Amino acid sequence: MTRRGVMTGGALLYGGIASAAFGLPALGFALGPMFEDGTPDVWQDVGAEEDFNAETYVPKVANIVADIGEAGKTTVYLRRLDPERDSKSKSDKGKEPLPYVAITTLCSHLGCPVRYIQASQRFVCPCHGGVYDFEGKVDGGPPVRPLDRFYTRVTNGRVEMGERFSVNSELERFSPRDPSNHLDGLWQYLYPSRPST
Amino acid sequence: MSKLVPPIPKFLRPAPPRPGTGGPGRNGDEGGNGNGNGNGEPGTAVKLREGAAEGGTQVVGWLDERSGMSPIVRAQLFRKVPKGTNWFYTLGSATLFAFVSQAVTGVFLAMYYNPDPSRAYESAAHITNEVFLGELVRGMHRWGSTVMIILIFLHMGRTFVFGAYKYPRELNWVIGVLLLVLTLAMGFTGYLLPFDQRSFWATVVGVNINASGPVVGPYLADFLRGGAEFGAVSLSRFYAMHMLLIPGLIGALIGAHLYLVAKLGTTAPPWLKAEKKSLSQEKI
Repeated sequence: MTRRGVMTGGALLYGGIASAAFGLPALGFALGPMFEDGTPDVWQDVGAEEDFNAETYVPKVANIVADIGEAGKTTVYLRRLDPERDSKSKSDKGKEPLPYVAITTLCSHLGCPVRYIQASQRFVCPCHGGVYDFEGKVDGGPPVRPLDRFYTRVTNGRVEMGERFSVNSELERFSPRDPSNHLDGLWQYLYPSRPST
Repeated sequence: MSKLVPPIPKFLRPAPPRPGTGGPGRNGDEGGNGNGNGNGEPGTAVKLREGAAEGGTQVVGWLDERSGMSPIVRAQLFRKVPKGTNWFYTLGSATLFAFVSQAVTGVFLAMYYNPDPSRAYESAAHITNEVFLGELVRGMHRWGSTVMIILIFLHMGRTFVFGAYKYPRELNWVIGVLLLVLTLAMGFTGYLLPFDQRSFWATVVGVNINASGPVVGPYLADFLRGGAEFGAVSLSRFYAMHMLLIPGLIGALIGAHLYLVAKLGTTAPPWLKAEKKSLSQEKI
Protein backbone atom coordinates (compact mmCIF):
# COMPACT_ATOMS: atom_id res chain seq x y z
CA MET A 1 0.00 0.00 0.00
CA THR A 2 1.52 3.27 -1.09
CA ARG A 3 0.84 6.73 0.24
CA ARG A 4 -0.39 7.73 -3.19
CA GLY A 5 -2.75 4.78 -3.29
CA VAL A 6 -4.25 5.71 0.09
CA MET A 7 -4.69 9.31 -1.00
CA THR A 8 -6.32 8.36 -4.31
CA GLY A 9 -8.58 5.82 -2.68
CA GLY A 10 -9.52 8.23 0.07
CA ALA A 11 -10.36 11.01 -2.36
CA LEU A 12 -12.52 8.63 -4.41
CA LEU A 13 -14.20 7.26 -1.29
CA TYR A 14 -15.08 10.65 0.18
CA GLY A 15 -16.13 11.98 -3.21
CA GLY A 16 -18.32 8.94 -3.65
CA ILE A 17 -19.89 9.32 -0.20
CA ALA A 18 -20.57 13.00 -0.80
CA SER A 19 -22.12 12.31 -4.22
CA ALA A 20 -24.22 9.46 -2.85
CA ALA A 21 -25.38 11.69 0.00
CA PHE A 22 -27.32 13.86 -2.43
CA GLY A 23 -27.61 11.46 -5.35
CA LEU A 24 -29.39 8.60 -3.61
CA PRO A 25 -32.06 10.73 -1.89
CA ALA A 26 -32.65 12.57 -5.17
CA LEU A 27 -33.04 9.26 -6.99
CA GLY A 28 -35.38 7.93 -4.32
CA PHE A 29 -37.35 11.16 -4.52
CA ALA A 30 -37.83 10.70 -8.26
CA LEU A 31 -38.60 6.97 -8.05
CA GLY A 32 -40.70 7.11 -4.86
CA PRO A 33 -44.12 7.28 -6.52
CA MET A 34 -43.41 3.92 -8.17
CA PHE A 35 -43.51 2.23 -4.80
CA GLU A 36 -46.37 3.89 -2.96
CA ASP A 37 -50.05 3.24 -3.46
CA GLY A 38 -51.24 6.35 -5.24
CA THR A 39 -54.81 5.18 -5.80
CA PRO A 40 -56.81 5.81 -2.62
CA ASP A 41 -59.82 3.57 -2.05
CA VAL A 42 -62.73 5.95 -2.48
CA TRP A 43 -66.33 5.29 -3.40
CA GLN A 44 -68.23 7.77 -5.49
CA ASP A 45 -71.91 8.13 -6.19
CA VAL A 46 -72.78 7.60 -9.86
CA GLY A 47 -76.59 7.68 -9.72
CA ALA A 48 -79.78 6.12 -8.44
CA GLU A 49 -80.56 2.44 -9.00
CA GLU A 50 -83.44 3.39 -11.31
CA ASP A 51 -80.97 5.03 -13.71
CA PHE A 52 -79.62 1.67 -14.81
CA ASN A 53 -80.89 -1.49 -16.47
CA ALA A 54 -79.47 -4.85 -17.51
CA GLU A 55 -79.94 -4.43 -21.27
CA THR A 56 -77.72 -1.51 -22.13
CA TYR A 57 -74.92 0.60 -20.74
CA VAL A 58 -75.53 4.05 -19.32
CA PRO A 59 -72.56 6.44 -19.60
CA LYS A 60 -71.71 8.33 -16.43
CA VAL A 61 -68.94 10.81 -15.71
CA ALA A 62 -66.73 9.77 -12.83
CA ASN A 63 -63.65 11.29 -11.30
CA ILE A 64 -60.88 8.72 -11.44
CA VAL A 65 -57.85 10.92 -10.77
CA ALA A 66 -58.00 13.39 -7.90
CA ASP A 67 -56.64 16.96 -7.93
CA ILE A 68 -56.29 17.54 -11.67
CA GLY A 69 -59.70 19.01 -12.37
CA GLU A 70 -61.38 18.23 -15.66
CA ALA A 71 -58.49 16.04 -16.84
CA GLY A 72 -59.21 13.58 -14.02
CA LYS A 73 -62.79 12.95 -15.15
CA THR A 74 -63.68 10.08 -17.41
CA THR A 75 -66.70 8.33 -18.80
CA VAL A 76 -67.67 5.01 -17.23
CA TYR A 77 -70.27 2.64 -18.72
CA LEU A 78 -72.62 1.08 -16.17
CA ARG A 79 -75.38 -1.52 -16.28
CA ARG A 80 -77.06 -3.83 -13.81
CA LEU A 81 -75.61 -7.34 -13.64
CA ASP A 82 -77.64 -9.87 -15.60
CA PRO A 83 -77.14 -13.25 -13.82
CA GLU A 84 -78.48 -15.14 -16.86
CA ARG A 85 -76.35 -13.39 -19.44
CA ASP A 86 -73.14 -12.50 -17.58
CA SER A 87 -70.48 -15.19 -17.35
CA LYS A 88 -69.47 -16.28 -13.87
CA SER A 89 -66.11 -15.05 -12.64
CA LYS A 90 -63.78 -17.33 -10.68
CA SER A 91 -63.18 -14.43 -8.31
CA ASP A 92 -66.86 -14.53 -7.28
CA LYS A 93 -66.80 -18.19 -6.16
CA GLY A 94 -68.80 -18.47 -2.93
CA LYS A 95 -69.39 -14.74 -2.91
CA GLU A 96 -72.09 -12.42 -4.06
CA PRO A 97 -71.09 -11.02 -7.51
CA LEU A 98 -70.79 -7.26 -7.92
CA PRO A 99 -74.32 -5.87 -8.36
CA TYR A 100 -73.42 -3.59 -11.25
CA VAL A 101 -71.04 -3.90 -14.15
CA ALA A 102 -68.96 -0.70 -14.44
CA ILE A 103 -66.68 -0.74 -17.46
CA THR A 104 -63.88 1.71 -18.10
CA THR A 105 -63.51 3.57 -21.39
CA LEU A 106 -59.76 2.95 -21.31
CA CYS A 107 -58.92 0.57 -24.18
CA SER A 108 -56.75 -2.31 -22.99
CA HIS A 109 -54.56 -1.97 -26.06
CA LEU A 110 -52.94 1.44 -25.50
CA GLY A 111 -55.47 3.40 -23.51
CA CYS A 112 -57.47 5.29 -26.09
CA PRO A 113 -61.09 5.98 -25.07
CA VAL A 114 -63.54 3.33 -26.33
CA ARG A 115 -67.27 3.92 -26.84
CA TYR A 116 -70.21 1.60 -26.55
CA ILE A 117 -72.42 1.07 -29.60
CA GLN A 118 -75.82 -0.32 -28.63
CA ALA A 119 -76.75 -1.37 -32.19
CA SER A 120 -73.93 -3.93 -32.29
CA GLN A 121 -73.73 -4.31 -28.49
CA ARG A 122 -70.01 -3.82 -28.68
CA PHE A 123 -67.30 -1.48 -27.44
CA VAL A 124 -65.20 -0.02 -30.24
CA CYS A 125 -61.86 1.77 -30.00
CA PRO A 126 -61.19 4.51 -32.59
CA CYS A 127 -57.40 4.29 -32.51
CA HIS A 128 -56.42 0.83 -33.69
CA GLY A 129 -59.70 -0.96 -34.17
CA GLY A 130 -60.07 -2.87 -30.92
CA VAL A 131 -63.52 -4.44 -30.51
CA TYR A 132 -65.03 -5.79 -27.26
CA ASP A 133 -68.28 -7.67 -26.75
CA PHE A 134 -71.16 -6.82 -24.40
CA GLU A 135 -69.20 -8.01 -21.36
CA GLY A 136 -66.05 -6.16 -22.41
CA LYS A 137 -64.24 -9.30 -23.59
CA VAL A 138 -62.00 -8.98 -26.63
CA ASP A 139 -63.83 -9.66 -29.89
CA GLY A 140 -61.15 -8.50 -32.30
CA GLY A 141 -58.24 -6.20 -32.91
CA PRO A 142 -55.06 -5.74 -30.92
CA PRO A 143 -56.29 -5.58 -27.26
CA VAL A 144 -54.69 -8.18 -25.01
CA ARG A 145 -57.33 -8.51 -22.31
CA PRO A 146 -60.94 -7.48 -21.60
CA LEU A 147 -61.81 -3.93 -20.64
CA ASP A 148 -61.04 -3.01 -17.02
CA ARG A 149 -63.89 -2.66 -14.55
CA PHE A 150 -64.66 -0.85 -11.31
CA TYR A 151 -65.93 -2.27 -8.03
CA THR A 152 -69.58 -1.42 -7.45
CA ARG A 153 -71.96 -1.47 -4.49
CA VAL A 154 -75.39 -0.16 -3.62
CA THR A 155 -75.90 2.08 -0.59
CA ASN A 156 -79.38 3.41 0.24
CA GLY A 157 -80.62 2.96 -3.31
CA ARG A 158 -77.60 4.78 -4.77
CA VAL A 159 -75.04 3.04 -6.98
CA GLU A 160 -71.44 3.65 -5.92
CA MET A 161 -68.27 3.01 -7.84
CA GLY A 162 -64.93 2.14 -6.26
CA GLU A 163 -61.43 1.22 -7.42
CA ARG A 164 -60.54 -0.02 -10.87
CA PHE A 165 -59.53 -3.64 -11.40
CA SER A 166 -58.35 -5.62 -14.39
CA VAL A 167 -59.78 -8.92 -15.56
CA ASN A 168 -58.44 -11.78 -17.64
CA SER A 169 -60.37 -13.52 -20.38
CA GLU A 170 -62.29 -15.53 -17.73
CA LEU A 171 -63.20 -12.29 -15.92
CA GLU A 172 -60.97 -13.24 -13.00
CA ARG A 173 -60.02 -10.12 -11.05
CA PHE A 174 -56.48 -8.71 -10.86
CA SER A 175 -55.00 -5.51 -9.46
CA PRO A 176 -55.35 -2.65 -11.96
CA ARG A 177 -52.85 -2.99 -14.79
CA ASP A 178 -51.73 -0.66 -17.51
CA PRO A 179 -53.22 -1.12 -20.94
CA SER A 180 -51.22 -3.53 -23.09
CA ASN A 181 -50.31 -5.75 -20.10
CA HIS A 182 -51.35 -9.35 -20.66
CA LEU A 183 -53.21 -11.33 -18.00
CA ASP A 184 -53.54 -14.70 -19.74
CA GLY A 185 -51.27 -17.64 -20.40
CA LEU A 186 -47.52 -17.37 -19.96
CA TRP A 187 -47.63 -13.70 -20.96
CA GLN A 188 -49.07 -12.69 -17.60
CA TYR A 189 -45.78 -13.48 -15.85
CA LEU A 190 -44.01 -10.83 -17.97
CA TYR A 191 -46.32 -8.13 -16.62
CA PRO A 192 -46.19 -8.24 -12.81
CA SER A 193 -48.51 -6.25 -10.59
CA ARG A 194 -46.98 -3.02 -9.35
CA PRO A 195 -46.67 -1.68 -5.82
CA SER A 196 -48.26 1.58 -6.95
CA THR A 197 -51.72 0.12 -7.50
CA MET B 1 2.40 60.73 -3.49
CA SER B 2 2.92 59.60 -7.03
CA LYS B 3 3.96 56.19 -5.73
CA LEU B 4 0.42 55.53 -4.42
CA VAL B 5 -1.17 55.95 -7.84
CA PRO B 6 -1.63 52.55 -9.53
CA PRO B 7 0.22 52.20 -12.81
CA ILE B 8 -1.76 53.20 -15.89
CA PRO B 9 -2.62 50.17 -18.06
CA LYS B 10 -0.30 49.76 -20.96
CA PHE B 11 -2.89 50.55 -23.61
CA LEU B 12 -3.71 53.93 -21.99
CA ARG B 13 -0.11 55.07 -21.81
CA PRO B 14 1.20 57.32 -24.55
CA ALA B 15 2.90 55.24 -27.14
CA PRO B 16 6.57 55.95 -27.70
CA PRO B 17 7.30 57.86 -30.90
CA ARG B 18 7.76 55.66 -33.92
CA PRO B 19 11.03 55.98 -35.72
CA GLY B 20 10.76 58.57 -38.45
CA THR B 21 7.65 60.38 -37.30
CA GLY B 22 9.40 62.43 -34.65
CA GLY B 23 6.40 63.77 -32.81
CA PRO B 24 4.51 62.14 -29.94
CA GLY B 25 2.39 59.10 -30.86
CA ARG B 26 -1.30 58.44 -30.34
CA ASN B 27 -2.90 59.44 -27.09
CA GLY B 28 -0.19 62.02 -26.83
CA ASP B 29 -0.06 65.02 -24.56
CA GLU B 30 -2.36 66.98 -26.82
CA GLY B 31 -5.44 65.30 -25.39
CA GLY B 32 -5.60 61.99 -27.21
CA ASN B 33 -8.57 63.01 -29.33
CA GLY B 34 -6.86 61.75 -32.42
CA ASN B 35 -6.47 65.08 -34.10
CA GLY B 36 -2.83 64.43 -34.72
CA ASN B 37 -0.17 67.05 -34.56
CA GLY B 38 0.01 68.58 -37.92
CA ASN B 39 2.15 67.73 -40.84
CA GLY B 40 1.46 64.44 -42.66
CA GLU B 41 -0.77 62.87 -39.97
CA PRO B 42 -3.90 60.97 -41.12
CA GLY B 43 -7.34 62.51 -40.55
CA THR B 44 -9.73 61.91 -37.66
CA ALA B 45 -11.81 59.22 -39.37
CA VAL B 46 -8.80 57.13 -40.29
CA LYS B 47 -7.42 57.45 -36.79
CA LEU B 48 -10.71 56.37 -35.22
CA ARG B 49 -10.92 53.36 -37.49
CA GLU B 50 -7.38 52.37 -36.69
CA GLY B 51 -8.04 52.90 -32.99
CA ALA B 52 -11.12 50.67 -33.09
CA ALA B 53 -9.25 47.94 -34.93
CA GLU B 54 -6.41 48.18 -32.46
CA GLY B 55 -8.86 48.17 -29.54
CA GLY B 56 -10.36 44.91 -30.81
CA THR B 57 -6.93 43.38 -31.10
CA GLN B 58 -6.13 44.54 -27.62
CA VAL B 59 -9.29 42.97 -26.11
CA VAL B 60 -8.51 39.68 -27.85
CA GLY B 61 -4.91 39.96 -26.73
CA TRP B 62 -6.00 40.59 -23.14
CA LEU B 63 -8.26 37.51 -23.18
CA ASP B 64 -5.66 35.35 -24.89
CA GLU B 65 -2.91 36.29 -22.48
CA ARG B 66 -5.05 35.05 -19.60
CA SER B 67 -6.80 32.03 -21.16
CA GLY B 68 -4.40 30.79 -23.82
CA MET B 69 -7.43 30.16 -25.99
CA SER B 70 -6.16 31.33 -29.35
CA PRO B 71 -4.42 28.10 -30.43
CA ILE B 72 -7.54 26.15 -29.50
CA VAL B 73 -9.90 28.55 -31.26
CA ARG B 74 -7.61 28.69 -34.28
CA ALA B 75 -7.48 24.90 -34.43
CA GLN B 76 -11.30 24.85 -34.37
CA LEU B 77 -11.94 27.56 -36.93
CA PHE B 78 -9.12 26.94 -39.36
CA ARG B 79 -8.80 23.18 -39.27
CA LYS B 80 -8.20 21.34 -42.47
CA VAL B 81 -11.15 19.62 -44.09
CA PRO B 82 -10.85 16.90 -46.67
CA LYS B 83 -11.34 17.53 -50.35
CA GLY B 84 -14.90 17.02 -51.47
CA THR B 85 -16.47 18.49 -48.34
CA ASN B 86 -19.91 19.63 -49.42
CA TRP B 87 -23.24 20.95 -48.18
CA PHE B 88 -24.17 17.59 -46.64
CA TYR B 89 -21.47 18.24 -44.05
CA THR B 90 -23.48 21.16 -42.67
CA LEU B 91 -26.35 18.98 -41.43
CA GLY B 92 -24.74 18.50 -38.02
CA SER B 93 -24.28 22.24 -37.57
CA ALA B 94 -27.84 22.74 -38.75
CA THR B 95 -29.07 20.32 -36.08
CA LEU B 96 -27.01 22.18 -33.48
CA PHE B 97 -28.54 25.45 -34.66
CA ALA B 98 -32.02 23.93 -34.32
CA PHE B 99 -31.16 22.82 -30.78
CA VAL B 100 -29.92 26.29 -29.84
CA SER B 101 -33.07 27.87 -31.26
CA GLN B 102 -35.20 25.37 -29.31
CA ALA B 103 -33.25 26.17 -26.14
CA VAL B 104 -33.64 29.94 -26.55
CA THR B 105 -37.34 29.90 -27.47
CA GLY B 106 -37.95 27.30 -24.74
CA VAL B 107 -36.39 29.48 -22.06
CA PHE B 108 -38.64 32.37 -23.03
CA LEU B 109 -41.74 30.17 -23.22
CA ALA B 110 -40.97 29.02 -19.67
CA MET B 111 -41.38 32.63 -18.53
CA TYR B 112 -45.11 32.45 -19.29
CA TYR B 113 -45.92 28.74 -19.08
CA ASN B 114 -47.45 27.30 -15.91
CA PRO B 115 -47.05 23.51 -15.43
CA ASP B 116 -50.09 23.13 -13.21
CA PRO B 117 -52.79 20.77 -14.53
CA SER B 118 -55.54 23.34 -13.99
CA ARG B 119 -53.52 26.25 -15.46
CA ALA B 120 -51.33 24.67 -18.17
CA TYR B 121 -53.81 24.89 -21.03
CA GLU B 122 -54.78 28.45 -20.17
CA SER B 123 -51.19 29.61 -19.87
CA ALA B 124 -50.34 28.04 -23.23
CA ALA B 125 -53.38 29.72 -24.78
CA HIS B 126 -52.32 32.97 -23.10
CA ILE B 127 -48.91 32.71 -24.77
CA THR B 128 -50.50 32.22 -28.18
CA ASN B 129 -53.28 34.75 -27.95
CA GLU B 130 -52.13 37.56 -25.69
CA VAL B 131 -48.38 37.70 -25.18
CA PHE B 132 -46.57 40.01 -27.63
CA LEU B 133 -45.02 37.78 -30.36
CA GLY B 134 -46.13 34.80 -28.27
CA GLU B 135 -47.64 33.05 -31.26
CA LEU B 136 -44.38 33.43 -33.16
CA VAL B 137 -42.13 32.19 -30.35
CA ARG B 138 -44.41 29.26 -29.52
CA GLY B 139 -44.74 28.50 -33.23
CA MET B 140 -40.97 28.51 -33.67
CA HIS B 141 -40.59 26.12 -30.74
CA ARG B 142 -43.35 23.87 -32.01
CA TRP B 143 -42.17 23.73 -35.63
CA GLY B 144 -38.52 23.89 -34.64
CA SER B 145 -38.92 20.60 -32.81
CA THR B 146 -40.06 18.93 -36.02
CA VAL B 147 -37.26 20.59 -37.98
CA MET B 148 -34.70 19.40 -35.45
CA ILE B 149 -35.89 15.80 -35.69
CA ILE B 150 -35.82 15.93 -39.51
CA LEU B 151 -32.32 17.43 -39.45
CA ILE B 152 -30.97 14.93 -36.94
CA PHE B 153 -32.20 12.06 -39.11
CA LEU B 154 -30.70 13.63 -42.24
CA HIS B 155 -27.42 14.11 -40.36
CA MET B 156 -27.52 10.47 -39.29
CA GLY B 157 -28.26 9.40 -42.85
CA ARG B 158 -25.32 11.45 -44.16
CA THR B 159 -23.02 9.84 -41.61
CA PHE B 160 -24.27 6.39 -42.53
CA VAL B 161 -24.20 6.78 -46.30
CA PHE B 162 -20.75 8.41 -46.28
CA GLY B 163 -19.43 5.66 -44.00
CA ALA B 164 -18.35 8.31 -41.49
CA TYR B 165 -19.24 6.03 -38.55
CA LYS B 166 -16.28 3.73 -39.18
CA TYR B 167 -13.03 3.55 -37.25
CA PRO B 168 -12.00 5.72 -35.45
CA ARG B 169 -15.41 7.44 -35.21
CA GLU B 170 -17.54 4.65 -33.73
CA LEU B 171 -17.74 6.38 -30.36
CA ASN B 172 -19.08 9.51 -32.01
CA TRP B 173 -21.75 7.41 -33.74
CA VAL B 174 -22.78 5.96 -30.38
CA ILE B 175 -22.99 9.43 -28.83
CA GLY B 176 -24.99 10.55 -31.85
CA VAL B 177 -27.48 7.72 -31.38
CA LEU B 178 -27.90 8.72 -27.72
CA LEU B 179 -28.52 12.29 -28.88
CA LEU B 180 -31.14 11.01 -31.32
CA VAL B 181 -32.94 9.10 -28.56
CA LEU B 182 -32.80 12.11 -26.24
CA THR B 183 -34.12 14.38 -28.99
CA LEU B 184 -37.07 12.04 -29.53
CA ALA B 185 -37.60 12.04 -25.75
CA MET B 186 -37.70 15.84 -25.92
CA GLY B 187 -40.42 15.62 -28.53
CA PHE B 188 -42.38 13.13 -26.41
CA THR B 189 -42.16 15.08 -23.15
CA GLY B 190 -42.84 18.42 -24.84
CA TYR B 191 -45.96 17.16 -26.59
CA LEU B 192 -47.84 16.92 -23.28
CA LEU B 193 -47.18 20.48 -22.17
CA PRO B 194 -49.98 22.33 -24.06
CA PHE B 195 -52.28 19.98 -22.07
CA ASP B 196 -55.15 19.95 -24.51
CA GLN B 197 -57.14 16.85 -25.44
CA ARG B 198 -54.79 15.85 -28.24
CA SER B 199 -51.59 16.17 -26.22
CA PHE B 200 -53.13 14.54 -23.15
CA TRP B 201 -54.37 11.44 -24.94
CA ALA B 202 -51.32 11.15 -27.16
CA THR B 203 -49.16 11.11 -24.05
CA VAL B 204 -51.43 8.62 -22.29
CA VAL B 205 -51.02 6.33 -25.28
CA GLY B 206 -47.27 7.02 -25.41
CA VAL B 207 -46.82 6.12 -21.76
CA ASN B 208 -48.89 2.97 -22.29
CA ILE B 209 -46.59 2.01 -25.15
CA ASN B 210 -43.76 2.21 -22.62
CA ALA B 211 -45.86 0.06 -20.29
CA SER B 212 -46.16 -2.64 -22.95
CA GLY B 213 -42.51 -3.62 -22.56
CA PRO B 214 -42.21 -6.92 -20.69
CA VAL B 215 -41.12 -6.93 -17.01
CA VAL B 216 -39.73 -3.37 -16.81
CA GLY B 217 -42.48 -1.76 -18.89
CA PRO B 218 -45.07 -1.28 -16.12
CA TYR B 219 -42.42 0.21 -13.81
CA LEU B 220 -41.16 2.52 -16.54
CA ALA B 221 -44.69 3.79 -17.07
CA ASP B 222 -45.03 4.35 -13.31
CA PHE B 223 -41.79 6.32 -13.35
CA LEU B 224 -42.95 8.51 -16.23
CA ARG B 225 -46.33 9.22 -14.66
CA GLY B 226 -45.06 9.47 -11.12
CA GLY B 227 -47.64 6.92 -10.00
CA ALA B 228 -50.22 4.47 -11.23
CA GLU B 229 -52.51 7.06 -12.83
CA PHE B 230 -51.88 10.02 -15.05
CA GLY B 231 -52.26 12.52 -12.23
CA ALA B 232 -51.28 15.86 -10.78
CA VAL B 233 -47.56 15.14 -10.64
CA SER B 234 -47.33 13.74 -14.18
CA LEU B 235 -47.39 17.14 -15.89
CA SER B 236 -44.74 18.73 -13.67
CA ARG B 237 -42.64 15.59 -14.07
CA PHE B 238 -42.79 15.85 -17.86
CA TYR B 239 -42.04 19.56 -17.59
CA ALA B 240 -38.96 18.97 -15.42
CA MET B 241 -37.72 16.27 -17.76
CA HIS B 242 -38.41 18.43 -20.80
CA MET B 243 -36.65 21.56 -19.65
CA LEU B 244 -34.01 20.39 -17.19
CA LEU B 245 -33.09 16.72 -17.28
CA ILE B 246 -32.99 15.96 -21.01
CA PRO B 247 -31.58 19.32 -22.24
CA GLY B 248 -28.77 18.99 -19.68
CA LEU B 249 -27.90 15.54 -20.99
CA ILE B 250 -28.16 16.72 -24.61
CA GLY B 251 -25.88 19.69 -23.91
CA ALA B 252 -23.25 17.49 -22.29
CA LEU B 253 -23.37 14.94 -25.10
CA ILE B 254 -23.20 17.66 -27.78
CA GLY B 255 -19.99 18.83 -26.08
CA ALA B 256 -18.52 15.34 -26.31
CA HIS B 257 -19.78 14.96 -29.89
CA LEU B 258 -18.12 18.21 -31.02
CA TYR B 259 -14.91 17.42 -29.16
CA LEU B 260 -14.62 14.16 -31.07
CA VAL B 261 -15.42 15.83 -34.39
CA ALA B 262 -12.69 18.40 -33.75
CA LYS B 263 -10.22 15.78 -32.60
CA LEU B 264 -10.79 13.24 -35.36
CA GLY B 265 -11.70 15.58 -38.21
CA THR B 266 -14.27 14.83 -40.87
CA THR B 267 -14.11 12.13 -43.50
CA ALA B 268 -13.88 12.65 -47.22
CA PRO B 269 -16.90 11.57 -49.22
CA PRO B 270 -16.64 7.92 -50.25
CA TRP B 271 -16.46 8.66 -54.00
CA LEU B 272 -13.30 10.71 -53.42
CA LYS B 273 -11.56 7.80 -51.78
CA ALA B 274 -12.28 5.68 -54.81
CA GLU B 275 -10.70 8.29 -57.09
CA LYS B 276 -7.62 8.48 -54.92
CA LYS B 277 -7.11 4.76 -55.16
CA SER B 278 -7.29 4.82 -58.93
CA LEU B 279 -4.75 7.67 -58.95
CA SER B 280 -2.28 5.74 -56.85
CA GLN B 281 -2.72 2.76 -59.11
CA GLU B 282 -1.98 4.95 -62.10
CA LYS B 283 1.25 6.05 -60.53
CA ILE B 284 2.38 2.49 -60.17
